[in-house]
Amino acid sequence: MIFLIASRELRRLWLSPVAWTLLAVAQGLCAWLFLLLINDFRILQGRLVGLENTPGVTDLVAAPLFRIAVWCFLVLTPLLTMNLISEERRNRTLDLLLSAPVSVMAIVLGKYLGLLIFLLGATALVALMPLTLLAGTPLDVGKLLAGWLGLALLVGAFASAGLYMSTLTTQPMVAAIATLGLLLFLCVVDLRTMGGETAGSLLGYLSLLGHHDALLRGLFNSADVAYYLLFSVTFLGLAIRRLDDERLGH
Amino acid sequence: MSDELLMRVEGLARLYGDTLAVDNVSFALSKGQILGFLGPNGAGKSTTLRLLAGVLAPDVGRVVVMTSDLLDQPILAKRAIGYLPEQPPLYRELTVDEQLLYSARLHGLNRAASRVALARVKERCGLTEVGKRLTGNLSKGYRQRVGIAQAILHDPPIILLDEPTVGLDPIQLRDVRALIRELGQSHGIILSTHLLAEVQAMCSHVQIMRAGRLVYTGALADLEERQQSKSLRVGLNTPPPLSALADLPEVERVEELGAGRFRLFYRSDDAFHNALVERSVRENWGLWELTPERDSLERVFVELILGTELVQ
Repeated sequence: MIFLIASRELRRLWLSPVAWTLLAVAQGLCAWLFLLLINDFRILQGRLVGLENTPGVTDLVAAPLFRIAVWCFLVLTPLLTMNLISEERRNRTLDLLLSAPVSVMAIVLGKYLGLLIFLLGATALVALMPLTLLAGTPLDVGKLLAGWLGLALLVGAFASAGLYMSTLTTQPMVAAIATLGLLLFLCVVDLRTMGGETAGSLLGYLSLLGHHDALLRGLFNSADVAYYLLFSVTFLGLAIRRLDDERLGH
Repeated sequence: MSDELLMRVEGLARLYGDTLAVDNVSFALSKGQILGFLGPNGAGKSTTLRLLAGVLAPDVGRVVVMTSDLLDQPILAKRAIGYLPEQPPLYRELTVDEQLLYSARLHGLNRAASRVALARVKERCGLTEVGKRLTGNLSKGYRQRVGIAQAILHDPPIILLDEPTVGLDPIQLRDVRALIRELGQSHGIILSTHLLAEVQAMCSHVQIMRAGRLVYTGALADLEERQQSKSLRVGLNTPPPLSALADLPEVERVEELGAGRFRLFYRSDDAFHNALVERSVRENWGLWELTPERDSLERVFVELILGTELVQ
């Protein structure tokens, strides 16, 4: 049932001009920045020659690209998640799912999985850009993979928060704005403490981006991965809870 | 009889904020029954159906479907139910075929069984022509039919239809009524409507709701028996005095409507009809209109719905 709902969701995105437009915008922006980064690298390259322990092309092109891609997805994901539940509620199609012999958990997980597959495809397209450099230069593929994994985990976290927001309202726009607000807040929550002695504090731990930086440096820390997974599971749990409560009338 | 019992509803109640939308509703549905939920708008019919379909959970009471409780074993219970909400739940971007196939799979049919079910219900609901069209582009009547098709796809023993004939043209109305009557022979059907004519055309049993409460439950025939007398509208060119009409056999009361029209209330058909026609010919009353009025049942209905208020 989860897969049935997921494939339905994926098909909905596939048929939706909104999803294609968002994909094109994300891809276009990332491609332009990728070009700029390559250009910067070409200029820097000459000065780096002969220095010890210099950053390579993976650090100077791929890592910044992923960093920028995060912001792209931060803005675009809420626009995709906003319709997940609230549009079904608005069009009264939610009744079909709720009256079918399917658990609320299967509905939420199916919708999440469908969107996640779409978003993973989108992040893979971004990751392909630095990968094309393999044709001309050796790359640190491990670092690249870690960076992509970080991006994928982040986007998964964005999507789960968006899904939860979408269960709260019948108005997709409200869901989108609330999601964007929440995600932005979680990204800038530790801005003032960055680099200070409180960097390891609670705020730093809460920050969505802090955990991504380590992965971009190629540090695969299970605590960071666990953070994103916990984040996603929490919001999915809240979404299930919310739909159940609605049925019960609380 | 007990093996034919499909659904048992006990003391169902549901609050919406501070208002009691459904209040202590209990009844049972057996195979072969078409149960009409009748009531004015806002009487709680849709909410009751949503409770029965498991879309909403009751605050008090329980729904037992076959042998499983709708709250405790929702998956098992929901398999036995087909539900058409007030607004057919259709995805605008899907074709009719895609919509029905998705719905069949959601209700647990495998790929092959879904195909078979799809062909069967399309035939039954008159959708063979529109299989490739987007549901978003269909007219209201067709959307309604897709909704009904969706409710009977998995061949559930219990079918819940919320205002199934809204938006249908007269031909479609006739077809859908025939379909529902046909389904009623082998299934248990509950349908809601605010039109008495719908109930008279389709249902074997009727439940009248008012402000969340059931004010009448019984077979349609019993309700018809409750009516005190039947009435007939006659138009006469040269009407006799009122007393002559009142003297006709079986006549209870005569109302003058003006312009040579009268309304006659009578108890039974046999003697009355003959006497009326014979006398009008013999005494040259000039009979030009004779219309049986079917609104006496309507009156019982209105009395049941407004009754308590009138008394208060």
